[in-house]
Amino acid sequence: MSQKVLLNQTEVHITLHRLACQLLENHLDFSNAVLIGLQPRGVYLADRLAQLLKEDYNIKDLQLGYLDITFYRDDFRRGDKPLAANATNIEFIVEDKNVVIIDDVLYTGRSIRAALTAIQAFGRPKNVELLCLIDRRFSRHLPIQPNYRGRQVDAINDEKVKVCWQENDGEDAVYLINK
Amino acid sequence: MSSLSVDHLLGIKYVTPEDIQLIFETADQFKEVINRPIKKVPSLRDITIANLFFENSTRTRLSFELAEKRLSADVINFSAASSSVKKGETLIDTVNNILSMKVDMVVMRHPNPGAGLFLSKHVKASIVNAGDGAHEHPTQALLDCFSIREKLGDVAGKKVVIVGDILHSRVALSNIFALQKLGASVKVCGPKTLIPKYIDKLGVEVELNLEKALQWCDVANMLRVQNERMDSSYFPSSREYSLQYGLTKAHLDRLDKEIVVMHPGPINRGVEITSDVADSNQAIILDQVENGVAVRMAVIYLLASKIKRDDS
Repeated sequence: MSQKVLLNQTEVHITLHRLACQLLENHLDFSNAVLIGLQPRGVYLADRLAQLLKEDYNIKDLQLGYLDITFYRDDFRRGDKPLAANATNIEFIVEDKNVVIIDDVLYTGRSIRAALTAIQAFGRPKNVELLCLIDRRFSRHLPIQPNYRGRQVDAINDEKVKVCWQENDGEDAVYLINK
Repeated sequence: MSSLSVDHLLGIKYVTPEDIQLIFETADQFKEVINRPIKKVPSLRDITIANLFFENSTRTRLSFELAEKRLSADVINFSAASSSVKKGETLIDTVNNILSMKVDMVVMRHPNPGAGLFLSKHVKASIVNAGDGAHEHPTQALLDCFSIREKLGDVAGKKVVIVGDILHSRVALSNIFALQKLGASVKVCGPKTLIPKYIDKLGVEVELNLEKALQWCDVANMLRVQNERMDSSYFPSSREYSLQYGLTKAHLDRLDKEIVVMHPGPINRGVEITSDVADSNQAIILDQVENGVAVRMAVIYLLASKIKRDDS
């Protein structure tokens, strides 16, 4: 097994700032926008972006939620194990809001398809955007593309993209792992 | 994530403590789902469930049906009163006829103890026991323990007294198994005539005095007197039962601690529990009902994930 660094700590931080600024460009004071981090790994990215927007860009009253898509997935009963759910925590209604769905890696697009269905349980958004840190090109099963991307990579199917976060994995970095 | 160790939920006796924890962790997520503006998820779109009720039920049946619908399963209902059972059909024939219509899971309530177990050996479907005679009512015990966990943080180490008609109660037996598997200590309390003779073999203590039982416990689960199952007189009158074993506000006021009061319903107000207790903040009776839907969703979801797909 070999691994290659896609983004080191400095690059992760620069990318996060850029993504935060791109969000600001489109949503200004976030009065009508909400951030939704996808469980389990998208929430770290969502937390970081929310923290940056609040502390470095002085956004007050930023609404952030966590969405678990387990019960909306299209592979129920297709594996040996039941699909384990994580906590959903959305304490607001997304009716008529600009929703930004946030996930760490965009791969087949199936999680995002599930998230688009799941978010409807919280209202009818005005529009929905997608932000991802890593966009794996040429691997989509569905016609889904991000509005904001940190880095685009051409990874083949045997390869795995691993996003590490300081608070969970002890460092901020993104690796391409060859299995 | 691990799977359940069983393919059917026939009784708490047959499941492991890990199974119960898995059901609780899954139910936590479903409880959040049923509190959303849209309380439905599409997980079980390709599963059909038959609810077979050979005995009357309101709450359990509605709770199961709601749980199934909130998981997007297709649901068919059957009650013995309006069925061919009256025309002499056997249980296996009835169920096999229903399964021929491509049903994946059966939720069954039946007056005979062991009916679910019997069925699981003879038909090809996942069986959930929704009460079999005076034997087990596993989902009730799961939702009771889930409610205790929610209220007190954990079931382990808690002291629970089950009060009332233990003899005719499937809720009592399933609760005893579940509470013990989760590490709680259990006492039963009621008139001697309504306490099964060898209940101490289950590791349960008997306390005939309600006052003493309440002093000991953290949680009191008040059971209904099941007049419909009584073939003879077990106590002189409802009034006398109520005086000895009915839970009143005065009982709670005399305690130096606040205990949790539970009841599986339906309540006979003024018999096993007075109205002021049933409606007090210490009673979590309606929480139990809400949790029932979440817990049943978890049970059905986890069992359904073990059903083989036709194309696999």
